Formats: sequence, C-alpha cells, structure tokens
Amino acid sequence: MTPDLHLWIIPVLPLVGAAVNGFLGKKFSRQTVTAVALLFSGAAFAMVLLVASRFSSLSVPHVEFLAPWIRAGKFQVDFSFYLDQLSLVMLLVVTGVGFLIHIYAVGYMWEEGGFYRFFTYLNLFMFFMLTLVLASNYLLMFIGWEGVGLASYLLIGFWFTKDSAASAGKKAFIVNRVGDFGFLIALFLLIKQFGSLNFDQVFQSVIPMGPETGGAGLLTAVGLLLMVGAAGKSAQIPLYVWLPDAMEGPTPVSALIHAATMVTAGVYMVSRSHVIFERAPMALTVVAIIGTLTALFAATIGITQTDIKKVLAYSTISQLGYMFMACGVGAFSAGIFHLMTHAFFKGLLFLAAGSVIHAVSGEQDMRQMGGLRTKIPWTFWTMTIATFAIAGIPPFAGFFSKDEILWRAYQVSWVYWFIGLFTAFLTSFYMFRLWFMTFFGEYRGTAEAHEDSGHDLAHDNTRAGAPAPHGHGHGHGGIHESPWVMVIPLVVLAFLSLTGGWIGVPGSLGGSNHFDKFLGPVFHSNIGAGAEGHGLVAPEEKDTERHEPQTGHATELIFTGISVFAGLLGFFLAWQLYYRNPQLPQQIAAGLGSLYDAVVHKYYIDELYATLFVKPLIAGSALILWHGIDQDVIDASVDNGAHGANEVSDSIRHMQSGNLRSYAGWVAAGAAAVIAYMIWMGTR
Amino acid sequence: MVPISYYLILSGILFACGVTGFLIKRNIISIFMSIELMLNGVNLSFVAFAAQWHALSGQIFVFFVMVVAAAEAAVGLAIIIAVYRTRETLNIDQVDLLKL
Repeated sequence: MTPDLHLWIIPVLPLVGAAVNGFLGKKFSRQTVTAVALLFSGAAFAMVLLVASRFSSLSVPHVEFLAPWIRAGKFQVDFSFYLDQLSLVMLLVVTGVGFLIHIYAVGYMWEEGGFYRFFTYLNLFMFFMLTLVLASNYLLMFIGWEGVGLASYLLIGFWFTKDSAASAGKKAFIVNRVGDFGFLIALFLLIKQFGSLNFDQVFQSVIPMGPETGGAGLLTAVGLLLMVGAAGKSAQIPLYVWLPDAMEGPTPVSALIHAATMVTAGVYMVSRSHVIFERAPMALTVVAIIGTLTALFAATIGITQTDIKKVLAYSTISQLGYMFMACGVGAFSAGIFHLMTHAFFKGLLFLAAGSVIHAVSGEQDMRQMGGLRTKIPWTFWTMTIATFAIAGIPPFAGFFSKDEILWRAYQVSWVYWFIGLFTAFLTSFYMFRLWFMTFFGEYRGTAEAHEDSGHDLAHDNTRAGAPAPHGHGHGHGGIHESPWVMVIPLVVLAFLSLTGGWIGVPGSLGGSNHFDKFLGPVFHSNIGAGAEGHGLVAPEEKDTERHEPQTGHATELIFTGISVFAGLLGFFLAWQLYYRNPQLPQQIAAGLGSLYDAVVHKYYIDELYATLFVKPLIAGSALILWHGIDQDVIDASVDNGAHGANEVSDSIRHMQSGNLRSYAGWVAAGAAAVIAYMIWMGTR
Repeated sequence: MVPISYYLILSGILFACGVTGFLIKRNIISIFMSIELMLNGVNLSFVAFAAQWHALSGQIFVFFVMVVAAAEAAVGLAIIIAVYRTRETLNIDQVDLLKL
C-alpha cells in the first residue's frame, strides 16, 4: 500500500559525505573534496525530489520505523522518521537551498585553508538538520537540534585562530544552551505527563484536551518552555545576541545556517507543536509578542549597522520575528510560507553579499563600497531581486508571505499588524539603504589600491591552516565579478526569490493560496479544540487556519495596498537619504544624539548581559566554584591526603635505616613481643 | 638430677646475652661471637630436652647446628678478613654502604 520510501537515506547521505571528507579529505585534492561534498548533498536533494514526486500517493503522516533506540518500560523512543507536508517543505528548503549554497561555497572557499574541513562541517550540518526535520519524536528532533548547534559552532569558529571567531562560536553555543535547557525541561514534562515523546502519541493525548484559558496549565508550561528553546535557536528576544556575532563565520555558512535553515528550526518546532500551542493561548500570545517585538527591535538596529553582513544578520532576526508572529497568531502555514521565501531571498542576500565582499577583496564596511552596480552586474541584479523580495514589493516572493502574515496578524490584533507594518517599512528602508550604499554613488573603497589582501573577514595572515591567504588568484585585478560557480546559485535563488511566492497567492489577488491548502492537513487538527478557545472557525470554511478572514477581499486588498505602500515608502526614504542626499544621514544622526548612539550600540544589550549575567557568573565561578570548591575542597582534599601520606611515611621511613643492627633490634623486639604474647596467653 | 628448668633458664640467659651482644657490639668479631653464643644457647636447650625425654633427635639436631656453625665460621671469618683488608676497620658502623 504505502510505498517504501527509505527516508533514512536522506539524512544518511550527507553524513556519509561528511565522514568521507572528514576522515580522508586531508589527502584529497580540492576537486575530490568538492566532488564528494556536492555528490552527497546533491544526492540528498535528488532523494527528496523523489520522495516529493511520490508524495501524493502517500497516506500522510507517513511514519517510517528504522530501528529501536530506547526501551524503558512503557517509554519508547525509536529512530523513526515522520513525513508530512510540513516536513516535506522543510526537506525541500534544506536540501535545495543547502545544495545551492554548497555549490556557491566551492567558489567562495576555493582559496581558503581547511577546504575539506569546511565541507565536512557543511555536510554534517545537513545531516543534523535533516534529522531534525524528519524526526518522528521530540528526542530525535533534539538530537538534530543539538547537532545543528554543534555544526553551527564549528562553522562560526571556522577561522578559529581569530579570537573574535572563536569567541563568537562560543557565544552562539552558550546562548543556545540556555534555550536548550528550556527545550529539555519541556521534554521532561511531556514524558512525565504523556509517557511518550512520539509526535503521534503526544498529539493524540493532547487533542482531546481543552484550551487552557485559565493560564498556567501543563500545556502552557510546555509551550513556554518550547518557546524558550525556539528563542535560543531562532535568535529571538532575549536570546538573539549570538546571531550577529555568528557572522564571523564564512559567508556561505551565514547564508545556509544563520539565515536559510538552522535558525528557522525554532519556527519549525513551534509549528510542529502547534497542537500544544493552540491549547495554550497564553503561550501563543507570548510567542506572538516575542516575535513582534523582535521583528521591530532588530529592524531598528539594522538601520544603523554599517557592516553589510551585520545588516543582514539583524534583518534575519527581524524576519524570524515575523515568522514567530505568524505562529503566535495561529497562522502557522503563513509562518512556514515566510520561512520558505525567506530561505530563498535571505540565502540569496547573503550569497550576494559574499559575492560583493569577494569582489572588493574582503571589505565588509558598506561605507567603503558604492558604485559597484556596473562592476559586478550579476551580483547586482540578483541582489536587487532579493532586496525587492525582502522589502515586500510585489510580485516578489517576500511580498506574498509577509502580506499574509500581516493580514493574519490583523485578525488577532491591530497592534501586531501595526508594529509588523512599521517593521516592514523599516525593513524596506534598511535593505534599500544597503542597496544604495553598496551599488550606487561613487566607489569609496580602496580595494584596487591593495588588491591582494585576502578576502572576507581575515585580513590577518593567521587564518586556520591557510598557507598563504593572500595568494589567491581571483583576489587580484581589483573589483571583479565572482566566478560562475558562485553566480549560478545566485541566479537560481534569484529565480526562486522572484517566483517562490506565487504558490501562495491569496484569494484577494485572484490566487487560491496553494501553499496554505497544501499545508492544511498538517494544521488541520487545530479545528477541534483550538477553535473552541476562540470561537471563530466555522467547520465548513475552506481555509484550515483558525482566523478565517471574516471581512471580504476588498478589506484584504486595502491592507495589501498599505503594506506595499510601506515598502515603497522605505524605498523612497532610502533613495532620498542615501542616493540623493548622502550627507543627510549624518546630520540626522547628529540630531538624534544619544538615541542614535544607543541604536548604533545595539541598545547596549550585549553590555547589559555582560553586566547582568556574564560578569556575575564569572565572578561567582571564580570565587565560589574555583577558589572555594575546587581549590579549597577538591584540590585541598587531594593535596592534604598526599601531604599526610608523605608525613606518615616520612616518620615510618626511619625504621628502615639500612643500619643492620637496628633491623636486628626490630627483629628482637618483635620476637620479644611474640614471646610476651604467648606467655600472656599461657598464663590466662 | 638437675631439673630441666635450670637448663632452660641458663639457655635463655645465654641466648639473651648473644642477642644483646649482637645489638650493642660494634666490632664484627664480637658480633660473630654473639651469634655463636645464641646458637649454643639453643643447643643447650636441645640437649636438655633430649636428655629429659630420652630422645635422640634433639642431639642429632645439635650436631647439625654445630656443623652449620663451623661452616659459617669458616665463611664468616673469611668475609671479615676480606672486609678488613678493603676497609681497614672492623667497626660495623663504618661498613654501611647499603644504608640510605
């Protein structure tokens, strides 16, 4: 009946690639490493396409059992995989975008040291990400969850001889630990309550439960704890601080892990757990508020950044905020839709930014760019498409997904909608600011003067394993277009950024939102109890999500118009400030004074965390754990034991003087003692 | 007939003298003689018991002890002479190369 899909092959393929390159890659030539990495990640993509082609004949959700893992009484966890519409979309995004970025990375990393190491990590990341997406229980998901964190850590710190890269990796890992703590507690609660971590069993137990309108119930607790985990992985307030620093990694990594796939794991997890969230309205509200605030907060920081990758990093945080906002208002499929289009255009933005950085020989400061439009036309045009997509200008992909989120948000509260709209305006503004600063005006950099400096982050010569980072071929000759192997992924992603939204054209624009319908069955189960809590959904409505628009298409069109207007306003403002009057921004910044300073310094959040958490933690660790417990208790017990043994043996040592007569004396004394004992025994 | 306890007390006194001499004397030859004294103290107890119980084995044992003592005297005196030739002293406290 159900065809045998061999889903397990999908994650295992990149793992094999990682193993081959990891164990043998040091001896391989770059060509061989490339072949292995591309072969296995491409094969995974092909496998996903195969699965997708047979998807319609499946009864979803399709669960594939591979091997038993944990059997402890009633509690069972297996290595098994779960395929439904949601995981299929994620699979396509992860392997598709992942494969493209693999191709791009071949060109980008060609001159770098540790070439094989890079692709080992990249393939390893694919393995864990696919495990995460395909897992059929929370524990296997957690394995993938931790694994992508590991791969992220390894790749952020890829140039580990650079202090900033190494500490950025550490920061990412530690901040994620905080989130994982919440995730784990949520899992413990689920085990305690339902005795299982399998999606099927947990959701079956949850579905009959009513919504916890009273507030603090079990599901609310689980939901909030899951959200803590998601906030860590997906860089939401208050745990977003690691993502901007993660830009220390190579640009393809920023594109793949810190924009397109890994950071969306939190959105995926929340969507996967939608059954729980829907029955915990308070948790859902928290998700929405966190998402909305993060979107706004990160967007404001993004306006003032001058490092091209930092702008994109804050933009990523902001867009992830949108996705959480969508989840928070119950529009899970809109969130996943935005996840997908965001993977296209943000992956493209990062890759194009990498291409720009490559072109100007490692400069990342946008103030040192400008006028690159004619010099790197492919990069310019693809980036233009991505910029229009993220700014929400129709008919690019970002417009449809963002518009859907805003529309759904409005159904719940106009506050979400208004902040979201304002954020859309900010997004458009900072993206066009980037666009104008990079590609228009006069070239302000000096790349042609010292054209042979290494590209990307490392101007110093200390890059890991790089024998001579200055010696790469295409770093010479001034500003130049990237090689074809980098341009092709740009073009493919540009095509997807242009057309990717068309599968979800809303009804108000004459479409029928295929994407929402496709994901419908996944989020279908919320109709029961979830809808009761809000009393909104009539069962006969074709839309599967709970806040079915009660107003007509005309209203929706007005809102669409407003959000397009916001995007165009951002474009216009950026055009005025960064193209027409390039000196104006500085005057405005000076006029704003301390407010501007606060934004430039990212609201001093890093400093605040350092004061509130990091310094007390280090001080406490040093005083209590290190000096107190480690030195005064553990070390002291070992040291004093050794000293005691030393002193006792030092005193006993004198018995064994080497003096023959003292030995005889001891023998005589011993004999006398034995005799005395025997006499004493005899006389008793 | 002299009671056996007299012999045993004399034997104990001889043995104790030997031990004491062994412990306090510094001259190697004196120590050697103290060892002989201990052996003979033991011999005395053997023959005393042999006479008491009319058993032959005690006397035979004494012969063995005498033979061993003679052999020991031959080897021991040779060692002492060798020590004296190399160290030019018979003071046991100065023959302490094995000491820590």
